[in-house]
Order: sequence, then structure tokens, then C-alpha cells
Amino acid sequence: MIPIDFEYYRPASISEAVESFQYLNKRKKNPMYYAGGTEIITWARTNAIHPGAVIDIKLIPECNVMDFAENTLVIGSCVTLSALSMVNPFPLLSESATGAADQTARNKITLGGNICGRIHFREAVLPLLLADSRMVIAGQQGIRGVPVHDVFLEQMRLAEGEFIVQVITDREYLSLPFVHFKRRQIGNVGYPLVTLAALKKDNQVRAAFSGVCAFPFRSLEIEQVLNDKALTPTERAEQAIDKLPAPVLNDTEGSAGYRKFVLKQTIFEALSKLGG
Amino acid sequence: MPPIELFDSATYSIQFQVNSEWRKVRVRAADTLLDALREGLGLTGSKSGCDNGDCGTCTILVNGLPIKSCIMLAVEADGQQITTIEGLANSPVLQTFAEKQAFQCGYCTPGFIVNCHGLLNIHPDANEETIRIWLESNICRCTSYEEIREAVKSVFAAHSADGAS
Repeated sequence: MIPIDFEYYRPASISEAVESFQYLNKRKKNPMYYAGGTEIITWARTNAIHPGAVIDIKLIPECNVMDFAENTLVIGSCVTLSALSMVNPFPLLSESATGAADQTARNKITLGGNICGRIHFREAVLPLLLADSRMVIAGQQGIRGVPVHDVFLEQMRLAEGEFIVQVITDREYLSLPFVHFKRRQIGNVGYPLVTLAALKKDNQVRAAFSGVCAFPFRSLEIEQVLNDKALTPTERAEQAIDKLPAPVLNDTEGSAGYRKFVLKQTIFEALSKLGG
Repeated sequence: MPPIELFDSATYSIQFQVNSEWRKVRVRAADTLLDALREGLGLTGSKSGCDNGDCGTCTILVNGLPIKSCIMLAVEADGQQITTIEGLANSPVLQTFAEKQAFQCGYCTPGFIVNCHGLLNIHPDANEETIRIWLESNICRCTSYEEIREAVKSVFAAHSADGAS
């Protein structure tokens, strides 16, 4: 049971959603956009968040698109992770999506919701970072398109009242060679010690990580090391973990030392499979 | 879809089809669908386990798709088609679970049956890997997994034989 009350709004258009947010915000309702809502429900249940209103954006047509437009793939923020995997327009994204939670939860979790989540995994963003995707964001100022790298810095950096409408990816990235590893300490379901997604473009390996630090990231410094042909794959894996952007997580999933060990092995395996 | 009828702040009147019957229920916006089914409609077959989207005992079908009802708001179900374990009382999946004794305490069983029913509808030709992935959504604390796996395999084998005949 959720121990707080909130209001529920279900706009049918982008403008209606934005107007609802402004209206509710002025009334100090602490509104939140709501897509799959799984995290909002779990956080509200534990009293960690207190929305006075939720704005369910699932009826907005633009948020439910999954189609090709010219040379791009357009995916709406309310497309569920299981729908992404079933239709499979972007295999690396499908594989990342399949790693989140479990099947029946993925029937509810959305792409936009996963990326905007508060837990530090947010794994669906990894392929988007690797593919230089663009985010379509709606807010009071209208609709803007912005590279994922400009708006996802450790977490989604949205202005007040903004929400993700769509994610756009150039078609050329969809069929590039890739690997995806999700390493857990025990079992097939649950949070990972290390998730590594990598793809190869123009003979260069790109790699993004989740579960290693307190946020998902792609690091150009790490990629520079991974592509340094003067080093052996083992040396590259060893040097890569010295370039991490933040302290390695040390929690119940695994100690920092163990994570580094698993990460090194995983990088080595990725390089071997991608022919780095 | 028409707007939801708002009674007072945060209380809504919603309608959905539950086990082929249209039902109207008044809910708080913050009520989960599990709350509404169990407390609002007396459909107690969906069990409350973790209430956190992890264990799968509360699994129901929403428009044929298995979803954990503890991570869905009741208001989201407005206008949708819901199937609970009560709606599967005579289903071949339930019969097979009973025949294979695919339970111990039985608390997890509704969730497994509903999930298996959804899988059969969506992927009637599911291979072992797909079955394995789908069953990861449900946890059995009595570790009846072997019997459950046998029951599910048996359901798919019977379905496949029916299709071939």
C-alpha cells in the first residue's frame, strides 16, 4: 500500500501534459511525470518520495512511437522494455533492456522511465550513449532536440517541467557489431556487479558501463585506452580501470575490489569478442 | 478514452473489465491495482507478497500481458481488460499445475499460472530459453521450481500436440 495520496492526470497530448505540470506546480502539488511508474510506486510506498500529483504520459501518441523515419529510428519514451526487445529494431538496446528487472516487470517499465530512474543502474541509456542518440524533450519552452551526451551526465538533467518524448538514433548504429555483458554475483535476475555494453564503429571500440560507479557512463578516456593497439588486451583492461570517472561501488552486490576484478575480466572479454 | 470521474481530491471512479465482466470501483489514485482487486473487488487470488515488483505472486493479465499488479496503479487500469487467477479457473494451465503438483504452500501458484497463461497466449511456440526467462519473474519460496518447470513444459507440449493434430 502506498501511504500517501496524490492526484492522477492523464493528458492526451504533449502540450496538455506540460500545461498540467505548470498548473500543478503553481499549486505546489510537486507533480511528477509518470510513464511505467514502477519506480514512483516503489519509492512512494517506502515514503521516499511524496508527489502530490502524477501526470501519466502514456496516452500521448508521440511517446508510443517505435518506427523508422528516414535514416533514423524513433522510439517513444513510453515504449516498454519488453516491446523494445520483442520488436528488436536496435539489438544492443534490446539486450540492455532484457537485462533490466524481469519479464513481467519489463512489460511495465518504459524506456524513458528507466533512463530517468533514481536507482543507479539505468541501463537502457548505455546503447544510446554509444550510438550518440538524440533526445526529444518537451517543456514549457516547447520541444527541443538535444544530444544524449548533453543531457545525460550521470543522470538525466531535465529542467523543471520537462519530460522525454522520444529517443532518436541514426540507423547506421543499429547493425554495428556489439557485445553486452551483465555480470551478477548470483543468479540471473537482480542488480549487476558490472554491466558493459560496447560496439565497434570505424574500427574503434566504444564502451559504456553501469553498476561500476554510482551512475552509468561512457568515458572517452577509457575508450582511448581500449583502442590503444600498442598495448596488449590485458594491459588495456588493466589501464582502463585506472581511468574510471568515480569511485567503484562497494555495496551488498559486491566489494569495490571484486567489482574491479570482474570489470577487468569483462573488458578483456569484450575486446576479445569485438576483435579490439 | 473519456476522462476519469473525480469524486474528491485523489479519489476516482474507474471501470475495467475483470474476468470478462465490467466492474466499477472507486479508488485512491495511490491505490495499486492489487489493492483494488483484493480490497475493492474481493478478488483475493492475486497474492500480496513483496509489494515491490519482485516476487510475482500478484501477477495478473492486462490486455493479455502478464504484469505485476503491485507496480501498477488501479487508475491506470481504467478501460483495460484484466484477467486474474479467478478468471482462469478452468484453464488447461491450472489443471496441469494441479496434476503435476506444481506447488507446495501454493502462495506463489496463482502468479505462476497467470504468467504461464500469458506466455502461452503471446508465445505459443516458446522455446526452453523463453520459458526460462519468463519464469524468472516469479519466485517460489518453497522451491517447487522443478515441479513448476515440469508443469509448464507439459502445458507447452500439450499445446504443441494440439496444434499438430
